[in-house]
Amino acid sequence: MAAKTLTIDGKQITAEEGATVLQVAREAGVNIPTLCHLEGVYDVGACRLCLVEVAGVAKLLPACTTKVAEGMDIKTDSERLRKYRRMTLELLFAERNHVCAVCVSNGHCELQTLAYSQGMEHVRYDYTFPKWNVDTTHRLFGMDHNRCVLCSRCVRVCWHIEGAGTKNVSGRGSLSKIITDLNQPWGQAASCTECGKCVMACPTGALFNKGVTVGEMERDRDKLEFIVTAREKKQWIAE
Amino acid sequence: MSKRIIIDPVTRIEGHAKISIYMDDAGNVADAEFHVVEFRGFEKFCEGRPYTEMPAITQRICGICPVSHLLASAKAGDALMAVNIPPAADKLRRLMNLGQIIQSHALSFFHLSAPDFLLGWDTAPAQRNVFGLIAANKELARAGIRLRQFGQEIIEILGDKKIHPAWAVPGGVRTALSDEGRARIRAWLPEAFATTKVAFDLWKKTMETHQREIQIFGNFPSLFMGLVAEDGSWEHHGGKLRFSDSSGSIIADQLDEQNYLDFIGESVQGNSYLKSPYYKPLGFPEGIYRVGPLARLNVCQQMGVPKADAELKKFKKLGHGAVTSSFLYHYARLIEILAGIEYVERYMDDPELSNDDLRADAGINSLRGVGVSEAPRGTIFHDYTVDRNGLLQKVNLIVATGQNNLAMNQTVAQIARHYVRGSTIPEPMLNRVEHGIRCYDPCLSCSTHAVGQMPLHVQLIAPDGSVLSEVERG
Repeated sequence: MAAKTLTIDGKQITAEEGATVLQVAREAGVNIPTLCHLEGVYDVGACRLCLVEVAGVAKLLPACTTKVAEGMDIKTDSERLRKYRRMTLELLFAERNHVCAVCVSNGHCELQTLAYSQGMEHVRYDYTFPKWNVDTTHRLFGMDHNRCVLCSRCVRVCWHIEGAGTKNVSGRGSLSKIITDLNQPWGQAASCTECGKCVMACPTGALFNKGVTVGEMERDRDKLEFIVTAREKKQWIAE
Repeated sequence: MSKRIIIDPVTRIEGHAKISIYMDDAGNVADAEFHVVEFRGFEKFCEGRPYTEMPAITQRICGICPVSHLLASAKAGDALMAVNIPPAADKLRRLMNLGQIIQSHALSFFHLSAPDFLLGWDTAPAQRNVFGLIAANKELARAGIRLRQFGQEIIEILGDKKIHPAWAVPGGVRTALSDEGRARIRAWLPEAFATTKVAFDLWKKTMETHQREIQIFGNFPSLFMGLVAEDGSWEHHGGKLRFSDSSGSIIADQLDEQNYLDFIGESVQGNSYLKSPYYKPLGFPEGIYRVGPLARLNVCQQMGVPKADAELKKFKKLGHGAVTSSFLYHYARLIEILAGIEYVERYMDDPELSNDDLRADAGINSLRGVGVSEAPRGTIFHDYTVDRNGLLQKVNLIVATGQNNLAMNQTVAQIARHYVRGSTIPEPMLNRVEHGIRCYDPCLSCSTHAVGQMPLHVQLIAPDGSVLSEVERG
């Protein structure tokens, strides 16, 4: 495979063809904030937090879905990028009802951590206070649409790691909604294997184990990566 | 042209309120009303949330007594799960509630009320506060502030933070008492006892010089309600409800909180966001009852700890049957602080508080659950109705200050009748009226589940409805 040379934040880097800017940056120790990206599943470029500047390209490009190219000159941090990242976070907070203080993921939430790390001090947009319900019909898990950022991680792990295809996205724009099967209550979704990978994948408090109280929802993302790696490398198949 | 007198805001209480004093044709006080002018809507916006989140949400009703709501809510959750929580969890919840009672009572006594009776009613308002107290008696003020800190630290040691600890959960609590925490609490005890002794000495002197206040600051017959243990001892988190009357007779005992609607009615008045609960068998407004320290001491036979029991005996002698003066809420508060410290001391020798079996596990087994707990200012009820998946369908909260609403009205009227003449309100009179409210240590944020500082607004209203005089503070 041909190697590509490129520059990230002034650093000369050699990368394998086909790698994404995000992969290469992380390998080189350059941190780019992400929200919808999840190790172990493919990227969709939904959250726009990993936007980077590429010299000669007018628009900002998502690092998670942009493949490296020869001679690329990439900037991962600038006033412009910081401004857009903060704006993106503010819009996410304004779009649904995120109340950290009483959330099951308080203290372990990727959205909250990003808001802190990106210097989001307040939300300049009017909160929309939409009316979303909570689905606690499942025996083991709950889904609170108020806290969903539509990253679709749960959908991707459900389809591409578990292979159950229970989780889907319905609707358009801000009215999009994560559904189970054909928009049935989760407890009635026959395809759900109750594996819990979606709960493990959720970056916020939208998916949770039933019975957890404020701040108690901690997730072990390494488990997902472990499963994917084991499968890809056929670690579970006896010689 | 209307002339009016308004006291607004009422200061040194928690929340925002207004007082209206009605005059008759002869220029005497006919009646008075205490209005709470805030609205928050917790009962409404909690609908749809999972019951597991309720302890953390409802404790946001208040920053002074979040623990009281936390515990009542967790208990309502226990009832929805229909579980008995592990014994260690019950003891730990009690320990936190004692910390809450100690800290809130210390705040009420030293910071909010003592400036009135220690510095004097007629002291200039600018000095009549905790800073004035510091200037007049630095050691006392410091001891009072540290006593409050002791209570706050118990809460922090158990729940990781002083305000809004998400520690009690439906089914139990999250963490036990650590050895380090136990040692820290133990180290506080001698100082806490010493401060309480100073406070008692001070209070005894205050009672000698404040006989008039004892007579007219909310001295009237009413019912009293509070939790008591099975043997009639003082209770604050377990036990059942008891009503007694002003002769000291028990009129209803060992009432189960799950059926509270059978014996408590709620009347809604047009001029206040505060609901007025009453004892149903007697109807409204005859069923007026008081809750809080005075009521708890009136309904119980003993505190269950020696030093506080000795004080309780002296306290009970102040009434014929029951102690009916609301000015003696302050005394009752001190006795509860002492009992609290004695119980905390007892818990420090109990190894069960380090037990790690702390949480019962169950789903929804009952679609309705009521939790009751004694907050520093009185009994609070959390009544939740859920669907089969544990989502809230209906929430009803009855809080301490609401139950004292009718008594506060009477207290304000009684004080106003003694001090208000003509169409103006002199400031020291105003302060006495306010103190009538302060006796109850009301928390208006809690009572309306409302936001804000505690400003007071008093209006003097003529028979034709015109406002004669108005005093406002904010």
